[in-house]
Amino acid sequence: MSDTKHIPPPLWLLAELTYRCPLHCVFCYNPLNYAENRNELTTAQWIDVMQQARKMGAAQLGFSGGEPLVRDDLEELIGEGHRLGYYTNLITSGVGLTEPRIARMKELGLDHIQLSFQDSTKEMNDFLSSTKTFDLKSRVAKLIKQYDYPMVLNVVLHRYNLDHVGRIIEMAIEMGVEYLELANTQYYGWGMVNREQLMPTREQLERAEAVVNEYRAKLGNKVRILFVVPDYFEERPKACMNGWGSVFLAVAADGAALPCHAAKSLPGLDFPNVTSATLQDIWYKSDAFNRYRGDAWMKEPCRSCSEKDKDFGGCRCQAYALTGDAENADPVCSKSPHHGDVKKIVLQAQVKPVTVAEKPLIYRSDANSMQYASIPIKDIRDKVT
Amino acid sequence: MNELPVKPKLARLFRMQWEEAQGAYVLLYPEGMVKLNQSAGEILKRCDGERDLAALVSDLEQSFGATGLEPDVKGFLEVATERGWIV
Repeated sequence: MSDTKHIPPPLWLLAELTYRCPLHCVFCYNPLNYAENRNELTTAQWIDVMQQARKMGAAQLGFSGGEPLVRDDLEELIGEGHRLGYYTNLITSGVGLTEPRIARMKELGLDHIQLSFQDSTKEMNDFLSSTKTFDLKSRVAKLIKQYDYPMVLNVVLHRYNLDHVGRIIEMAIEMGVEYLELANTQYYGWGMVNREQLMPTREQLERAEAVVNEYRAKLGNKVRILFVVPDYFEERPKACMNGWGSVFLAVAADGAALPCHAAKSLPGLDFPNVTSATLQDIWYKSDAFNRYRGDAWMKEPCRSCSEKDKDFGGCRCQAYALTGDAENADPVCSKSPHHGDVKKIVLQAQVKPVTVAEKPLIYRSDANSMQYASIPIKDIRDKVT
Repeated sequence: MNELPVKPKLARLFRMQWEEAQGAYVLLYPEGMVKLNQSAGEILKRCDGERDLAALVSDLEQSFGATGLEPDVKGFLEVATERGWIV
């Protein structure tokens, strides 16, 4: 297992520069207790991480967060990423992306900007992010094209905007984006605590997918539309992260190295920190990164499953969140003995949806985060399931 | 659906570079990467917007001392066009 010869190098380095964010999105995947630990790596430490990962083979570099623009050394990090030969991606809400900054980033070699919108309407965008940001985001979208960046527009989908998919696609066309990522909500972090309110109906999903397919046929490869499947509605799990510790390496704001952005929610794993170990040791030798590599850790039904090399048993964080054991099959899989629980959650949204009037959405905010800070993760799980 | 470009060149959205760790040319694009096999790499790096199909084929045949490459090159260009790699 820890035989480094058989472990491929990381290809993707995601730098979650900060958990500070001006938005308060109800589906944010950041840890619920993010406000508890406000440590952030210094500029020099980030540059060191980028150099190490590049040397190991990483070619994609994402700057994310929180909102990466709140770091005023972002430009310096972009410049260094470009010099090292990375393809550099800025993943942003757009808040703080002024014209001088976007111009400077272009000079420094930023390759691409992914801008998030919450909806095609001002009302829903501003409601879901608990901010007045729609007009600002629209101005940023224009700036991105004005400075000739390839642009991905990312919109997280759920019950409140799935019916707007046609208008969202029209908005994307008007903005001139190259990729539109329609990402159905994944239920981690803040998305998990708001799951009952966000879960769409199957009819909504099917209608939305039909609209997406109509546009795909019409647009050809002018605008690529990615429709990230809402896995609760599936019979087989996603190949999460393309396998644990296989291509993806995230480094959290405080320097914790993670095989996926949600991994901190897993119990009993001690994630190594880049301030006290080399990336080489972390990737190839640490217990955390080796824990779910290969298939020796798998239980039935995964262990003897013919599809285990295809989906790797699905998502560890989801297995833990929904079954209490990270080594179980992701219960999205119909072969999982817990699959009935997932079906029940989906059915609930169908027959008796929980409305925001009954149960208000919990916004991602420092105050709300502190509520979760002192609660052991296991109890958070019990609270939301 | 998408017609084969006469003098293909790499689309603006993609960056092609040699990756030592993978021992291959890769195409990099927003949040994604395609590892190219050797022949794909050799064809794509010649797609400079100057050469047409015939020029690409003769250049490749000369470089590799091969003949009859046209169907393979054309086949690859069709795939690359469909995927938006070349315009």
